[in-house]
Amino acid sequence: MNASLKPGTNGSPLLDVEHCGKTFPRGDGGQLLVLEDVCLTVAPGEIVGLLGRSGSGKSTLLRLIAGLAQPTGGQVRYLGNVVEGPAAGVSMVFQSFALFPWLTVYENVALGLEALHVPRDEIRSRSLAAIDLIGLDGFESAYPRELSGGMRQRVGFARALVVHPNILLMDEPFSALDVLTAENLRSDFLELWSNGKLPIKGVLLVTHNIEEAVQMCDRILVFATNPGRIVTTIDVMIARPRDRLDPAFAALVERIYVEMTAKPGRGTVARVERAPGTGIDTVLPRVSSNLLSGLIETVAAQPFAGKADLPEIASELQLEIDELFPVAESLQMLRFAEVEGGDLKLTADGFAFADADGDERKRSFARHLLAHVPLAAHIRRVLDERASHSAPKSRFLDELEDHMSPESAEQTLRAIVSWARYAEAFAYDDKAGMFSLENPS
Amino acid sequence: MPQTSTAWTTASRGAPSRFDLIALLLVIGLLAFLAEASRGVLAPLATIQASPVSLAPAHLPEYAARTTLRMIAAMVLSLLFTFTYATWAAKSPRASRILVPLLDVLQSVPILGFISVTVVFFLSLAPGRVLGAEFAAIFGIFTSQAWNMAFSFYQSLRTVPVELEEAARSFRLSAWARFWRLEVPFAMPPLVWNMMMSMSGGWFFVVASEAISVGSTTVTLPGMGAYIALAIEHKSLAAVGWAIATMLVVIVIYDQLLFRPLVAWSDRFRFEQEPGAIAPRSWVLEAVGGSMLVARVLRGLRRSWRTVGAAFKPPAGLPHFETAAHARRLDRLATAIVAALLALAVWQAIKFLAPELGWRDIGETVALGAITMLRVFVLIALASVVWVPIGMWIGLRPEVARIVQPIAQFMAAFPTNLLFPIVVFGIVSWRLNQDIWLSPLMILGTQWYILFNVIAGAAAMPGEMRLVAQNLGVDGWLWWRRVALPAVFPFYVTGALTASGGSWNASIVAEVASWGDQHVEAMGLGAYIANATTAGDFHRIALGVVTMSVYVLLINRLLWRPLYYYAERKFRLS
Repeated sequence: MNASLKPGTNGSPLLDVEHCGKTFPRGDGGQLLVLEDVCLTVAPGEIVGLLGRSGSGKSTLLRLIAGLAQPTGGQVRYLGNVVEGPAAGVSMVFQSFALFPWLTVYENVALGLEALHVPRDEIRSRSLAAIDLIGLDGFESAYPRELSGGMRQRVGFARALVVHPNILLMDEPFSALDVLTAENLRSDFLELWSNGKLPIKGVLLVTHNIEEAVQMCDRILVFATNPGRIVTTIDVMIARPRDRLDPAFAALVERIYVEMTAKPGRGTVARVERAPGTGIDTVLPRVSSNLLSGLIETVAAQPFAGKADLPEIASELQLEIDELFPVAESLQMLRFAEVEGGDLKLTADGFAFADADGDERKRSFARHLLAHVPLAAHIRRVLDERASHSAPKSRFLDELEDHMSPESAEQTLRAIVSWARYAEAFAYDDKAGMFSLENPS
Repeated sequence: MPQTSTAWTTASRGAPSRFDLIALLLVIGLLAFLAEASRGVLAPLATIQASPVSLAPAHLPEYAARTTLRMIAAMVLSLLFTFTYATWAAKSPRASRILVPLLDVLQSVPILGFISVTVVFFLSLAPGRVLGAEFAAIFGIFTSQAWNMAFSFYQSLRTVPVELEEAARSFRLSAWARFWRLEVPFAMPPLVWNMMMSMSGGWFFVVASEAISVGSTTVTLPGMGAYIALAIEHKSLAAVGWAIATMLVVIVIYDQLLFRPLVAWSDRFRFEQEPGAIAPRSWVLEAVGGSMLVARVLRGLRRSWRTVGAAFKPPAGLPHFETAAHARRLDRLATAIVAALLALAVWQAIKFLAPELGWRDIGETVALGAITMLRVFVLIALASVVWVPIGMWIGLRPEVARIVQPIAQFMAAFPTNLLFPIVVFGIVSWRLNQDIWLSPLMILGTQWYILFNVIAGAAAMPGEMRLVAQNLGVDGWLWWRRVALPAVFPFYVTGALTASGGSWNASIVAEVASWGDQHVEAMGLGAYIANATTAGDFHRIALGVVTMSVYVLLINRLLWRPLYYYAERKFRLS
């Protein structure tokens, strides 16, 4: 099922991404690397998944493939031709649906055909057929604002399918939907796909949901962050239709969790695995201290008793990896926990934190913050050294922007402010944009 | 079944309905109006002198029609300007570096200044014909409407959601199709709102630009403005009354026939996908939308429009990206051109102004500007003291707000210069101090912006916030200081900013006024420009206009804009 050469096809891939890289110019004149040497192919009859955390560059990769942006290195080939702009036969489903709110369902679907200058009668018959296929009949004259999220995404699918593309690009198409709706839409899509009712030859799916990837894909490419790159390829050999309760399904999900939290050397996915505290160049996730305390308490308590399986805790707390990994990483960075082999294990300090009361927790958090998070230590040192015990935000922002994009720098600084406030390590006045050692009385 | 009926679903069924009749009558009325109003345009200028404006009320409908036609012509021009200028600025980062500041400056130039300076030029375009004078008037109105519309469109183009842009590109819409199917619809609701504001301002200036004398050149175009000027000359309070009544009717009609439908129609282009609170409605739109005839005509139009669009093939590949070196060279070239033009402009200005004017004149205009500025600030402060509490009171009562809000918007549209004669009559009769009592005229028309923005702010205050204040027993001055004023502050700043700009503009008409042969005048920059205009002294007109532009620009930059951003950051809820 997973070889790129398949029986019954001529053997040439639909899509061939060859050593693609992408950099963005940085404020200081340097280049920020977001994608590094990505190679992949999509063969006819395949659903290929790109699995990674948000910010890992997988959406950027999808835009390179769609011809919406140009790679700074390597090239994308579609049916053997280099992609230099939006190609006919490649269509896209968007995370946010991207419907035109002033057009009806019918008009949204017909738009792509109008752009191709298809005769009017054909536009009508094909649009109605696509609406019918995707289960929207009766909604032709509705406006997107009248529809639920699931129905809107159905319009997104109909719009993408009506142009009869060879390849369908899906950018986290289910992640803006609630769990039940997403499941419903996924299974409808897979049923149409398995029955050969879709006018498409191959699919490339971007997702951060491990179970979704296992359910839908023939092949999963696991993406790492900073810079974005493929670290592992996993073939999914489970027969369709796939059942989540099937032990093989659960085993594969567990295996991917392990891959994604592996120690460095074998390919890193999450940033945690870098030796914690490498320097101030680490991008910090915005994780509230409440979430950190909450996860420590949950893991310390029964039934986990200090050691929790990540997939288990994700389903227990209804967290996606995009939400769970940053918390786990932060705990690891602060040395309240360790992440290894798909497990989260509390350290001794983690246990102590769980048992402590409010003030003691704050003191412990402050100690760990200043000892293990270099940026916090750096800001504190600067404030200590200055006679005024204060420093402007821009000073640290400039420093961070030497290592990361302005958005990441802003986010990192906000994260550190929120932790420092909880720890009472230093104060920050947003109106003046000043860090200081004074705490408001 | 969804309840929305669209042209798409209704067009294919049924016999002609009553909507067809209404739509037909509307179209016939429109045609008759256009024919009547444009009849005199190509006539020689002499015919106006031969058949001067008459004070007989029977002529008022004709005058009103011609005034309205000028408004509409100017609006069409403004839209053309908006679609080209703003699009260019939004699409070309290089051009935007000069186009956007230029727009900002143009916005600060007093509108009557444009008219004074350009009227002679336009008259020379069509010598001896009414057309030239019409051009001048229409250009004057255009300058009162175009800038904020262009700004709004530019802002919208810059904020088109990325994913919609990507969807349009990935479905290979041509640039032409993207403009009409994505960018224009997205920009429509704020553009319609700005058109409404522009029209409101436009009524004021159409009245002012129909009867204008620059030195020996006198332009009197048949219309409401000329009628009121004649009424002043003849000291006829009755005629002033007739004019006011006519204008009220005209504005009601234009509101019902043009803007309610436009607002209701543009509501579908709102980007927020959640079902809105109450969708604006319009009986005219419903009549026209229900008509099979209209639907058929629209479909035909749409089809031919598409044929035009089909000529624009989708691009074969990505546009060629500029190399960095190439971009730098182009940048340098653009900078050089702008610098050269700037030098030329300064040189021309000095050559024009320097021989006639000295430092004394500059000092004089700056001092007069300070007096007018003082007047504007005092008036804004007074209007705020009056309208903020009233607006707050109204805004917190939805049932009252529903009634008052359209009235306030209507008052803002009413050209208050029609009321000036009454005030001047009062000043002359009771021998009041001109420096003080002429001042309120400046804010008569613009104070409403403060009122309806405060109403909107108070109405937008979350119910929970008010309940919390009640629950904690916050009342009296503490309530105003900690709850009410912060909540409406961002809205208030928007209103006060608009009111201030409008008052500067109005000062040129408000600081000098006449009643028959009696002349009242307040000291200020507005009076300076008005007197220079009457005297045909172009050097002083230019100096006055430049000084006023600089004042407005500086006040915007140093006061209103910082206040606005501060309010946005600190007080904007959510």
